[in-house]
Amino acid sequence: MANVATQPGVQDQEDKLIEEYGFDDHFHEHHESDRYKSSFITTYIFSQDHKMIARQFLITGMFWAVIGGLMSLVFRLQLGFPEESLAWLKPVLGKWITVNEAGIGTLSQDFYYALVTMHGTIIVFFVLTAGLSGTFSNLLIPLQLGARDMASPFLNMLSYWFFFLAGVVMFISLFLSTGPFSGGWTAYPPLSALPQASSGSGAGMTLWIVSLVFFVVSVLLGGMNYITTILNLRTKGMTLWRMPLTIWAFFVTAILGLLSFPVLASGFFLLMFDRGLGTSFFLSEIFVGGKALDHVGGSPILYQHLFWFLGHPEVYIIILPAMGIVSEVLSVHARKPIFGYKAMVYSILAIGFLSFIVWAHHMFMSGVNPFISNFFVIFTLIIAVPSAVKVFNWIATVYGGNVRFNAASLFAMGFVSMFISGGLTGIFLGNSALDIQLHDTYFVVAHFHIVMGVAAFFGMFAGVYHWFPKMFGRFMNETLGKIHFWVTMIGAYAIFWPMHYIGMAGVPRRYYRFDVFETFRHFTELNKFITIAAIIVFAAQLLLVINFFYSIWKGKKMTTKNPYGASTLEWTTPIHADHGNWPGKIPAVHRWPYDYGKDGHEFISQIQPMAEGEQDGGGH
Amino acid sequence: MSTAFLAILCVILIAIVVVQIGKVVELAAKIRGEEEVQDLTNRRHGFYSLVFMVVFLVGCVWSAIYYKDYMLGFGPHVSASKHGGSLDYLFKVTTFFTSIVFFITQFALFYFAHKFSGQRGRSARFMPHDNKLEIIWTAIPAVVMTFLVIGGLDAWNDVMADINPDEDFVEIEATGYQFAWHLRYPGADNQLGARDYKLISGSNPIGQDWTDAKNVDDLHPSEIVLPKGQKVRVRITARDVLHNFYLPHFRVKMDAVPGMPTYFVFTPTLTTEEYRQQLKDYPEYQVPDPNEPEKQLWQTFNYELACAELCGNGHFSMRRLVRIVSPEEYKAWLAQQQSYYLTSIRGTEEDPNKDKLFDFEIKQRKQEFSDALDKAVQSANATDKVLKFNYVNFETGSANLTPVSKYELDNLAEALNKNAALAIEISGHTDNTGDPDSNQTLSQERAQTVFNYLVEKGISSSRLSALGFGQTRPVDSNDTEEGRQKNRRTEFKIVRQ
Repeated sequence: MANVATQPGVQDQEDKLIEEYGFDDHFHEHHESDRYKSSFITTYIFSQDHKMIARQFLITGMFWAVIGGLMSLVFRLQLGFPEESLAWLKPVLGKWITVNEAGIGTLSQDFYYALVTMHGTIIVFFVLTAGLSGTFSNLLIPLQLGARDMASPFLNMLSYWFFFLAGVVMFISLFLSTGPFSGGWTAYPPLSALPQASSGSGAGMTLWIVSLVFFVVSVLLGGMNYITTILNLRTKGMTLWRMPLTIWAFFVTAILGLLSFPVLASGFFLLMFDRGLGTSFFLSEIFVGGKALDHVGGSPILYQHLFWFLGHPEVYIIILPAMGIVSEVLSVHARKPIFGYKAMVYSILAIGFLSFIVWAHHMFMSGVNPFISNFFVIFTLIIAVPSAVKVFNWIATVYGGNVRFNAASLFAMGFVSMFISGGLTGIFLGNSALDIQLHDTYFVVAHFHIVMGVAAFFGMFAGVYHWFPKMFGRFMNETLGKIHFWVTMIGAYAIFWPMHYIGMAGVPRRYYRFDVFETFRHFTELNKFITIAAIIVFAAQLLLVINFFYSIWKGKKMTTKNPYGASTLEWTTPIHADHGNWPGKIPAVHRWPYDYGKDGHEFISQIQPMAEGEQDGGGH
Repeated sequence: MSTAFLAILCVILIAIVVVQIGKVVELAAKIRGEEEVQDLTNRRHGFYSLVFMVVFLVGCVWSAIYYKDYMLGFGPHVSASKHGGSLDYLFKVTTFFTSIVFFITQFALFYFAHKFSGQRGRSARFMPHDNKLEIIWTAIPAVVMTFLVIGGLDAWNDVMADINPDEDFVEIEATGYQFAWHLRYPGADNQLGARDYKLISGSNPIGQDWTDAKNVDDLHPSEIVLPKGQKVRVRITARDVLHNFYLPHFRVKMDAVPGMPTYFVFTPTLTTEEYRQQLKDYPEYQVPDPNEPEKQLWQTFNYELACAELCGNGHFSMRRLVRIVSPEEYKAWLAQQQSYYLTSIRGTEEDPNKDKLFDFEIKQRKQEFSDALDKAVQSANATDKVLKFNYVNFETGSANLTPVSKYELDNLAEALNKNAALAIEISGHTDNTGDPDSNQTLSQERAQTVFNYLVEKGISSSRLSALGFGQTRPVDSNDTEEGRQKNRRTEFKIVRQ
């Protein structure tokens, strides 16, 4: 690594600073201080160390990402090559592939929809919520705030294991004879409430709800912990305005989760009542399977309100941590303070607040009163302002920098590019008048995949490459990382950019084939192209997986505590930090986290006291 | 199986190769010194960034030009409805503004990354914030957004406004179910009849309440046909799960919700034929239609109705044809359509109106009866003087009139009242099933019932006589059910006029 404080003198000096100014909480004098690390099981499985829990979240998230990605490949094969035989998948998918006399195997319609549904559910909840926020909130909140651990390590452990349980239940649902749930990740009733309407709405839906209720519990336990830790366990001198943007992002994310996930859970409970107890919250005047049901007076739109009251904040629950990570990574590797720190914080807060009053923009065409939509259009398009501010600030952070290119900083820049591309199409969709035509077409698929799928993944990748040394004491292989970046960057645009055109032509999403309609069948070649691009991009992700596990054991060893020359606290701990993070005192903080290139210094750590007459927070 | 094995082997081999490359580069870095390698990397990837930016932005422009004929409002992809034009315009305006931002920001991001790629000995500029700059780039998006919001809401409230009751409009109804659309037109009264989902059955697909007179003339066509230039209100409902009424060419989209009818109002502006003529000029429509190879795509083009809300495993197949025609053609088409109730329900077991006649039927039958009577009166031929009661029926095995029978008898009574010279002989007939003697008695009783009814209506008994013929005078074979049906009849003969 170039441009790095490698001189051993710096390290000793940092230790001295901690010793001199740090806060002694007598952590290591207590017998029970390190009791959590007593056996293999409490170290690696039921661990209460936030660093281990972060690794657990990450690896579980990676598992699910591979599953979710593979699912998308199968349904992309159906969309790109509907005439090709899928008989070779029969050994894996069994009865979901029907092979005719000529030996041509076809993916069953039911399973196609199950794959689409599971892909969405898994990626949104298990990968981009738990895998992203769970990993980095856990890893960074105590480390960057100068805390020994989370406020409640036990609840933190439960948070992971509820997530694990949610995963187990969802995984089991994949093997049901009636198939996993297949009514879309939004699970709109009546489709999701009536087993007569769809085979996946039977046992598959029951397990889906049970799984996600466990998941909500996991998010709430985690979120309470994050908020409590951020508010109460900041080290001496760590004022709110000295917190890195990662922490601000995790903080607002946790608040969003805490306020919105219970609403989702309530929606799920009402749905369970409709399914099992004969209530009519969401059902009314339904004739299905040759019978008129008794349900009257309910409204399917009520469910949509409850769902999107979570659903919209959820996209910010996904993207805010990525934004925080990108801000931090860009700043560190551009060797420059993040541009407009306060504006970035206010943008996060504004986005967080606005995310609660825009949910019905998912429902413009659902039959809600068109007058109501006026407000949601206004609030939705206002979000463009803080988002634009963030984009401009990231670009300004790169401007005038001394940019160190590595996998982390490349993915951070890739994030900004994706966020621009996907964010701008949001301006089309947030405008209800345009949404009339674009709603539920491939334009939407392109939009949200770029802005919250690819972008959030890029944020996560940036974080993984950047903090991998913090997690495992070794570096990931840079060359593989850079190949991974360029293939993914080009490939992701190759997949999703053409979908805009397909969507503009009016092709609806969630279609098993396009040739039933004259209007929708013009894109055979393009769909092939997209599918091939998707396969390549997926293969590139395996590169990450290989690199990740290879580097855990064989990666280049970390020799200094602070390889990037970063000024935040996580780089002041020992390379292999025990539970409790700092061997002696907790470091005290004297300045904001972005003093890069100030007054001729490469960087100034947060633990460095202010010089005479020096101004904090970017003043100078 | 072997190909799969080979493929897996290839993937593994590639993975090993890549990992080895990674290791080699790392080793080289160790030899050359990390800082120097990082400098080289910075230069290289800074350059890649630049190349990527150029290729990406050129690719965006190229692909947009390549696919412009599929873009909203461009090429042949223009709106075929009145309101659609405003949406297409808004789309273009939004594309214009977002493209500017897109190109500037993407360019800046990658260009700066290249320009400021790290080098040893150089340091970054300490530039934590710039309030003036930040105010500018907060204000500009805010202003642009304001314009887009105003333009959007203006169009939105215009498009979504419901019909004004005194406007001239056609209301049609579309009901989504797994997996098709059921269409309904209001018929001559221009009003859709009431529905109740509990009434849905095989023969009553959308649960129309047949006791509601507005349902009587409702049509159930298999395609949407609408006149050009006519304001249409579509009433959108669903029978089982959510669906979405989506007419891509008309910029129409609205969820169909069980238990809550929604609507969309639009005015078609281009007939199917006119739209075809527009497509004619575009090469992608000048190729043979795979389904009808002798015709080109533009010739076989049709507007379509699709579903745009996931509704189950057949979601992708809910197609209906939409035809926009001239007002004259529309009128002609409408005249050909037949009421669903009258063709499929009237007189069947399911018809709750079995026991009564609608006004138009009473009128129609009265006309029919008086025409037949006039013809009989004017005819010189003796056989023409015998008239069969077409709608007089008795309950099985009894001489009690069914409720609907009295309408025809009323017609006869009225005719007798009008024409005082008229005198008739009423005769009852049966088929040959059962005992001939009791048949004789039954036919006599039935004739007598008619006789009594007419007397009750004020016709002098001197002008009437009633006879029973039992099974003695069949008009058709008694060997078939059809023939027996004809033989069971009540007639009257004009004996004086």
